[in-house]
Amino acid sequence: MLNDITLGQYFPMKSVVHRMDARFKIVITLLYLVMLFWGQHIWSLVAGLLFTIVATLCSKIPPKMILKSIKPIVPILIFTGLLNLLMLDGGEVYWHWHFLKITEEGVQTSVFMIVRICLLIAGTSLLTYTTSPIVLTDAIESLLSPLKKLKMPVHELAMMMTIALRFIPTLIEETSKIMAAQKARGADLESGSLVQRAQALVPILIPLFVSAFRRAEELALAMECRCYHGGEGRTRLRKLQSGLRDYVALALMLLLFAAVIVLNTMTK
Amino acid sequence: MESLISIQDVRFSYASEDETEQPTEVLKGISLEIGKGELVAVLGHNGSGKSTLAKLLNAILLPTSGKVLVDGIDTADEEKLLDVRQRVGMVFQNPDNQIVATIVEEDVAFALENMGVDPVEMRERVDEALKAVKMYDFREHAPHQLSGGQKQRVAIAGIIAMRPDCIVLDEPTAMLDPQGRKEVMKTIKRLNRDYGITVILITHEMDEAAQCQRIVVIDHGTVRMDDVPKKVFARVDEMKEIGLDVPQATELVHLLRESGCDLDPEIITEEACVDALAKLFSQKR
Amino acid sequence: MPILEAKDLTYTYSIGSPFEKTAIDHINLQIEEGEFVGVIGHTGSGKSTLMQMMNGLIEPTSGQILLDGADIWDKKTDRRKVRFQVGLVFQYPEYQLFEETVYQDIAFGPKNMKLSEAEIDRRVRETAEAVGLTEEHLKKAPYALSGGQKRRAAIAGVMAMEPKVLILDEPTAGLDPKGRTKILTQLQAYHKRTGCTILLVSHSMEDVARYASKLLVLSQAKVVCYDTPSGVFAQSQSLEGMGLALPQITRIFNGLAEKGIRFDDEVYTVKYGAELLKARLEGRNPEC
Repeated sequence: MLNDITLGQYFPMKSVVHRMDARFKIVITLLYLVMLFWGQHIWSLVAGLLFTIVATLCSKIPPKMILKSIKPIVPILIFTGLLNLLMLDGGEVYWHWHFLKITEEGVQTSVFMIVRICLLIAGTSLLTYTTSPIVLTDAIESLLSPLKKLKMPVHELAMMMTIALRFIPTLIEETSKIMAAQKARGADLESGSLVQRAQALVPILIPLFVSAFRRAEELALAMECRCYHGGEGRTRLRKLQSGLRDYVALALMLLLFAAVIVLNTMTK
Repeated sequence: MESLISIQDVRFSYASEDETEQPTEVLKGISLEIGKGELVAVLGHNGSGKSTLAKLLNAILLPTSGKVLVDGIDTADEEKLLDVRQRVGMVFQNPDNQIVATIVEEDVAFALENMGVDPVEMRERVDEALKAVKMYDFREHAPHQLSGGQKQRVAIAGIIAMRPDCIVLDEPTAMLDPQGRKEVMKTIKRLNRDYGITVILITHEMDEAAQCQRIVVIDHGTVRMDDVPKKVFARVDEMKEIGLDVPQATELVHLLRESGCDLDPEIITEEACVDALAKLFSQKR
Repeated sequence: MPILEAKDLTYTYSIGSPFEKTAIDHINLQIEEGEFVGVIGHTGSGKSTLMQMMNGLIEPTSGQILLDGADIWDKKTDRRKVRFQVGLVFQYPEYQLFEETVYQDIAFGPKNMKLSEAEIDRRVRETAEAVGLTEEHLKKAPYALSGGQKRRAAIAGVMAMEPKVLILDEPTAGLDPKGRTKILTQLQAYHKRTGCTILLVSHSMEDVARYASKLLVLSQAKVVCYDTPSGVFAQSQSLEGMGLALPQITRIFNGLAEKGIRFDDEVYTVKYGAELLKARLEGRNPEC
């Protein structure tokens, strides 16, 4: 199960999308998300879909990987789909039983919702697939840098994010090791009531926390040894650089966004 | 030889948690001179104070009394803190807990970023450091995809990118398999030989210490021995009493000498041992 | 009947993904009761996987593991009971300590076995003594112990289940020579006293050569050989071919053999080597 999570994974490849300025990619993704939820018209979804397909093709990420990213949320999709399908009322009634009915509007909304959520996950996955986590945090730090003037600890937050990303695989591995070790001592993790199962987690969580603290201490020491002294006067190996392609991509996105607004006002 | 690190009558105590108790003194008056370009092993059992000594060398800890000078700079001089850290780099036991970034080359760049090195120069120094530890082909890998020995070499690259005068390695091979140990030892020795970097290798592996030019044995917070490997290992009984091992060749010679064989006690390699034994047999014939 | 038996055992992980790899490849193996087996092999040779299969933590892709002749993956078998009989000490086991006191932590396994208070108490005290922990240590919190003591407390936690087979995955990793010798001699004494079967995974040829009665050599997911130490070290060339380092003492005797000074027996401990040499030098053991 722990291996199924693809969110936050990065696929190093050489493509236009990989080379784009991460700050632009974040802004474009944000616009894309707003657009998906704002768009009321069928054409706005088609636009979103087309945008996702074009972006995927440009990124050279295998479409299979995009589909894989959607896999973990299938239960959520089914749930929202059914909810909208059975509960919404309006338009022609196709089927009905007691308080449940399937109506024209229900079908429309549930299809809309499912496509929206799929596109949402596909789009954000594309961002993390094509942008290394470090560059991503750099970009966030850079985008949020105006907040430094308001005494917000932007650099510190970005550093924390980087370290968290770095240690996710390590801690996942560690968790499965500790689980196996406690199972070898007869810990029962699979049966019993909810309370018993919660209690059974104690022998796993305590060593995990202890180990995380120990790692944190050692890492802090190693960082100090490498002259870390906060964000002041730091330079970066990879400078974020924007070029023509970034502006073109942003312009396209804005165009799509404008089109969606126009479609919205037209349908009203 | 020109001195690089000068440790002058250093004492160090950890404050105890309970204020009523006496602080425990870990180092009890240590004086050492480390010359430029030396390859020194520091041997000692767990709790002998060798790791504490290491942390004093780049101002992670400051001596309770006495002085540590790095290239003439007192480590207690707060204004020169980053200079000291840049000159004396440190590599620790657990490779997982010293890699900060999610991509190898970005981790190697970490120290340079902190030092504010210009990105163009940084690129050069990162590539150079990765090539020096033979990890250049892995520069775009994620750390968790690497073996223990590879991770440790990345950690070493992260230090040598700072262009330090000296690297202190605190049991760098303790968590590695034999293959990883070999890789790391080879890297350390190459950095010392080809780049002239002074190396202080803290270890309790006697075969690693045997590959160095000089061994300092720390016991109960004092320097017990300080000599070339063969002279140190020849003191078999004393080493065992401290809780340290000697190479099997030395031990064999020691046992045979005890029963009256005429053998050189300063044999530490298997080749020397085989030759000496063969000579002994031919004399007998 | 052997106590542990692997029959055509295979384990492949991530089947169907690009990371598919066979960690255990059709292994057949019989381990007799009471042996002290040293398990050696490269990282990635499959030894850790095999050890976890022995106590039912990993389910075979095909083949069987028999404990006392019974398939541990049989529907009727309770895997938790298997784990009580085949105790497994992981690498760096001190990281799994979690209770408030060392006593409670050692008692965790026996408690899971639903033993009586008195029996648990007996086992905790006995195993604590076996690994050299005093009454004082038992009352302390695990973090208050030294590194070597923590390690030994964790080993005691598995010993307290009084398993028939005790498997230890590199129990001496990261310790200093004194700490290593302490654990190994305690294990030797425990083995003698209880007569249980021990499987000791180690990277140190010197250590396994000194303590084991049998050696199991794994390479590339297969068993290369399972024999007495002298039988294994007699094939020193093939061991070196697998990249496994021989004990220095064995290399010295191989070097002597090349110079025409030969002995009938394989030498893998310094003490034995010195005895042979002395005897030869004194003319008691004529050249062969």
